[in-house]
Amino acid sequence: MAKAPLIEIKNLHAEIEGQQILRGLDLTINEGEVHALMGPNGSGKSTLSNVIMGHPSYEVTEGQILFRGEDITEAEADERAKAGIFLAFQYPTSIPGVSMGNFLLASVKAVRGAENVKPLPFRKELMSTMEELGISRDFARRYVNDGFSGGEKKRCEILQMALLKPSLALLDETDSGLDIDALKVVADGVNKQMEARPEMASLVITHYQRLLNHIKPDFVHVLVSGKIVQSGGPEVAHQLEENGYDELLKAHGVAPEPANV
Amino acid sequence: MSTDAALLEEVGKDYKYGFHDKEAPVFKSEKGLTEEIVRAISARKEEPQWMLDYRLKALKHFHERPMPNWGCDLSGIDFANIHYYVKPSEKTEKSWDDVPEYIKETFDKLGIPEAERKFLAGVSAQYESEVVYHSIREDLEAQGVIFMDMDTGLREHPDIVKKYFGKIIPYSDNKFSALNSAVWSGGSFIWVPKGVEVEIPLQAYFRINTENMGQFERTLIITEPGSSVHYIEGCTAPIYSSDSLHSAVVELIALEGSKIRYTTIQNWSNNVYNLVTKRAQAYKNATVEWIDGNLGSKVTMKYPAVHLMEEGARGEVLSIAYAGKGQYQDAGAKMVHMAPNTASTVLSKSISKDGGATSYRGLVKVMPKAHNVKCNVRCDALLLDEKSVSNTFPYMEIENKSADIGHEATVSKVGEEQLFYLMSRGMSEDDAVSMIVNGFFEPFTKELPMEYAVELNRLIQLEMEGSIG
Repeated sequence: MAKAPLIEIKNLHAEIEGQQILRGLDLTINEGEVHALMGPNGSGKSTLSNVIMGHPSYEVTEGQILFRGEDITEAEADERAKAGIFLAFQYPTSIPGVSMGNFLLASVKAVRGAENVKPLPFRKELMSTMEELGISRDFARRYVNDGFSGGEKKRCEILQMALLKPSLALLDETDSGLDIDALKVVADGVNKQMEARPEMASLVITHYQRLLNHIKPDFVHVLVSGKIVQSGGPEVAHQLEENGYDELLKAHGVAPEPANV
Repeated sequence: MSTDAALLEEVGKDYKYGFHDKEAPVFKSEKGLTEEIVRAISARKEEPQWMLDYRLKALKHFHERPMPNWGCDLSGIDFANIHYYVKPSEKTEKSWDDVPEYIKETFDKLGIPEAERKFLAGVSAQYESEVVYHSIREDLEAQGVIFMDMDTGLREHPDIVKKYFGKIIPYSDNKFSALNSAVWSGGSFIWVPKGVEVEIPLQAYFRINTENMGQFERTLIITEPGSSVHYIEGCTAPIYSSDSLHSAVVELIALEGSKIRYTTIQNWSNNVYNLVTKRAQAYKNATVEWIDGNLGSKVTMKYPAVHLMEEGARGEVLSIAYAGKGQYQDAGAKMVHMAPNTASTVLSKSISKDGGATSYRGLVKVMPKAHNVKCNVRCDALLLDEKSVSNTFPYMEIENKSADIGHEATVSKVGEEQLFYLMSRGMSEDDAVSMIVNGFFEPFTKELPMEYAVELNRLIQLEMEGSIG
């Protein structure tokens, strides 16, 4: 039986401050599928996740995004979140003075509807989810991402994902800045949610193959200069790991990446 | 509709305290300020001669003194068009049941009797010029704590009043302290005996109802050695098309080892000029804290001061200001270190929106003999749009080289990344802005009793609705 398309991205062109980043990107993700998007720095990976989430700084100049068949190309970020899209940020921003607990309660109320969230059951759910992700209880009182280490920030992103239960999770470079132990904790958290809710689809955005050792993709796409230039199974990631991006870049007439980025 | 009326409607639309009652005063002075009016106020109150003399000297000084030529534009104040004294009822009641019905209804709407039942140790409610209701918990009264309106204080405790009244802030301090000294009425008088700690707050509530009314309450708080008290004042007024004036004088004396915390939530309607002089003296090892919240008013000029008189004294000012359309909040703090080993901190946070303007205006002064002084000043301003304004005017007069003075000021804008982050979690733009703003004010709100913190967050949310376009 054919799965229902969850998100369809058609001929997407997007720019920021007049600079063209995405140049005709097509991608369809069905319910329950795990897609990986790989690509060198500057290829437009983070732009794609921001555009799918509705970042106001990016302008879609051509093409469209359909979510469950509905055109969301112009929708505000909060509408997309309520529709079931979630972005785990590469660099989560801090909000001084706002406790994680209040922030999470407000988010969950916004997405599930305030009438569906009761404080005591929510508190229980929050505490047990934090425990599963190895986040200490006093994080509920700490200010959102304020003074968190890289690993703490990423774990808290996954915590939000677990509470908001999206139907599409965008994981933007969730592995960046993590050592191998932290990476494993975060990947385990994601995998648990995939097991618990097999209908959830994911788009895992990463520069390196190593995250894909922990989160197994069904499909792998390679992004170069704002377009998907290669798609396939997990083997695509392994080829990239062996050969690097240089050959691909050369084939598409793009200068190779500088070393050590 | 005239531009002014349109602006008034615009700025007033979310102000829930903007209703007014039909006036039914038992006495209302003619508009304008004359010696006859000052004499009439004093006579009605049956004051001692020294107070009448004080008032008349102050009146003379007020007339002679020019308007301040710095800070805000005060040219809109028409001193001839103000009622300086409005007496709403015959006497101060101790039971809400005895307060005239229409006044009681006002305070019911404002939630005061309910708050009293729930979490206050004493309440004073001032309507126009006079305190109409007053109560204090019996156990505190039994311990000798005095909490009454200033007029009753003058009648029943003339010795204490005469000793301190006008000693911290003389009538000649500034034009508005002179005005207050001439026509003062109402306010609170608090005296806490040696060693008594008043653990739950005492509250006073100030309400202006009459159009073109001036409210000039006078507050005096004295804590004897080793005692402590927390006093909270709240203020609201109806919205009228012409302006009212609120000009209070507040004097605090914290004697050795005692502590005073004075919390203000000023939420006047946006047609009130709020020009207040507040000053404290902290003696040996005493602590004075001003927790000062300024949300409403058309213009506020207020710089709570602590004079650190003796060794070990501590002063703190924690203030927030919010200025929306047509509002100017000129607020700050003054710390005067007169003795060695004294310490002070100032944290000022301000938000400007829709073209509103906020200023931090502060003074840190260290006298030559004050060794080992520590002072830290921090001002953070948050601008919600391009039209709004924030200024900082920090004055430093440091005459002792051993002083350790820190000063830091930041101005920031609500970041697009913060908004996007919250909206990507399902929050609307208005809710996201409210959350960021509440977070910005959090160092202030966490110092408030819970009920006030909740109310303040709600007020801020109201102000933020439909904010960013």
